Amino acid sequence: MSTQQPPMPQAPASQPDWQAAPGGSYPAYTSPIPVVRTHLGHALASEWTKIKSVRSTMWTLGVFVLLVFGIGLLAGSVVESNSGSESLADQDPLQFGFFGLLLGSMCIITLGVLTTASEYGTGMIRTTMVACPSRVRVLAAKSIVFFAVAFVVSLVTSGLVAMMHASMLQGVGGTSSPTGDEWLRGTLGISLYIALLGLFSLLIGSVIRHSAGAITIMIGAVLAPLVIALFMASQSLSRVREWLLEYSIPSQMSCFYGNSLSNSGPTGWDPLWIMLGLSAVAFAGACALLQQRDV
Amino acid sequence: MIELAGLSKRYGDKVAVDRLTFAVRPGIVTGFLGPNGAGKSTTMRMILGLDHPSAGDVRIDGRHYAQLKDPLTYIGALLDAKAVHGGRSAYNHLLCLAQSNGIPKRRVAEVLDTVGLTTVARKKAKGFSLGMGQRLGIAAALLGDPRILMFDEPVNGLDPEGIHWIRNLMKSLAAQGRTVFVSSHLMSEMALTADHLVVIGQGRLLADTSMPDFIRQNSRSYVRIRSPQRERLLDTLHESGITVVEAGGGVLEVDGGKAEQIGELAARHGVVLHELSPQQASLEEAFMQLTAEAVEYHAHADPGLGPQDRSAGWKGRAR
Repeated sequence: MSTQQPPMPQAPASQPDWQAAPGGSYPAYTSPIPVVRTHLGHALASEWTKIKSVRSTMWTLGVFVLLVFGIGLLAGSVVESNSGSESLADQDPLQFGFFGLLLGSMCIITLGVLTTASEYGTGMIRTTMVACPSRVRVLAAKSIVFFAVAFVVSLVTSGLVAMMHASMLQGVGGTSSPTGDEWLRGTLGISLYIALLGLFSLLIGSVIRHSAGAITIMIGAVLAPLVIALFMASQSLSRVREWLLEYSIPSQMSCFYGNSLSNSGPTGWDPLWIMLGLSAVAFAGACALLQQRDV
Repeated sequence: MIELAGLSKRYGDKVAVDRLTFAVRPGIVTGFLGPNGAGKSTTMRMILGLDHPSAGDVRIDGRHYAQLKDPLTYIGALLDAKAVHGGRSAYNHLLCLAQSNGIPKRRVAEVLDTVGLTTVARKKAKGFSLGMGQRLGIAAALLGDPRILMFDEPVNGLDPEGIHWIRNLMKSLAAQGRTVFVSSHLMSEMALTADHLVVIGQGRLLADTSMPDFIRQNSRSYVRIRSPQRERLLDTLHESGITVVEAGGGVLEVDGGKAEQIGELAARHGVVLHELSPQQASLEEAFMQLTAEAVEYHAHADPGLGPQDRSAGWKGRAR
């Protein structure tokens, strides 16, 4: 029983000669595959393949389209059949797209979180990071690909619903014909906002690294402030209540339809700049954490 | 060439990898051996830039992993078979990896063919068995036709045919001049594939030696003796200056002894022997001894088992 080997000397080992390393000094295998200096374009192609090759993308986007169309159609027909001659006087007929898009945004949030967090759940993230050691490049590629997909789907869906409402409700209850700005906000504006909300969720998913946890946090963040505000009856809380009502995500979304809950607070295109700022901060935070943590 | 210099990783108070210094050279298969929890996977993750070292440095041909501009055509790694999104098909999994490194699309079909997954290429990875998952991971490692390959426990979950295949694959990859670094907790597996051996236990380097040297230094030979006249035999051997170890069950063992010498000695003194057999301790036992102090998770199912018996049981399972 005396075969124990003395451990190798370790601690102040002589530094290996790094300089001698690359190339010539020892025969190494040379791959016939051409060497490519990888850049963001490669990461984008990879993420595009990833997002279109899992079924959860089709499901979440499919449900999004169904919700926005279904609820939009429902809202439109209820309004059409219940409107008196002057009940909608001078109102924008596009505003009824809001309900579907509010619910539909939950799907975009889910897809956003899954884009990053599901890689941690499956262990795929290690494969991804080995293939692309620049962690910021991976996050940037995911963000760009997801944002593009979410924006295009939202724009097409909200655009079609807006056209449907404009034709359904033309002249019903004395509605006005939507102005150019109303068209822009009700399609381009709300789509950019929803895609940014999804991007913010993607970044939260990268920070939390857990799909269910991140989805819960995001849905809570969207709905809770408004619900809590509704129960703030006390006078001493009125300012908090006012702030929550003005700045909660659903209120910000309603700004794109010109029907805010209050007269102060963000109006017009303001919510877009708020969400853009939030996403920029979240991106910086997610990058810092990615660099610092072990995968 | 992979070079580690004082590489360490701490998680709070726990030291997972403790000042590892060694080099993995091209053209041979280097086995990375250690019991469960010895720090093999942590070391491999640090080589690949996934975990940040607490101290020390690791370089691949003189560069940090993050400095590699085309990592997959330089180094391919099988970390664990489950590092795959289950909802994605084998083909799409490899395709997204190929795209991220600008590797031509045709390589995807080639490596699928190499590992024998062509027929299930369009099936989702979550339906794969452990062995198929392992093959997919190996396909991903081979995708960029890299000059350095790392495999973490590649034979896990493979059937005998698959194990045979991966052994030959590793040897042929090394014969082409590539660096092959493969971890295992099975000495028997390493004895068949590795040319060089790095052994760690509790994160510390225990041996860094060529396989033939390891076998020469670590295979203990001894003589096993049983006799009804035990006391007399002990006296006789003692008088001749031979050290005897009692191994329990009436069995005596003489380390490094010659069976002929002992037999003649017994005959001269008229001692009856029931057994006199030269024995060679297996490499598994040598590995067990080397890491005995460094095994983190001992099994204590039967408190009555002595170390000797436990090693026998361990050996039995390993074979």
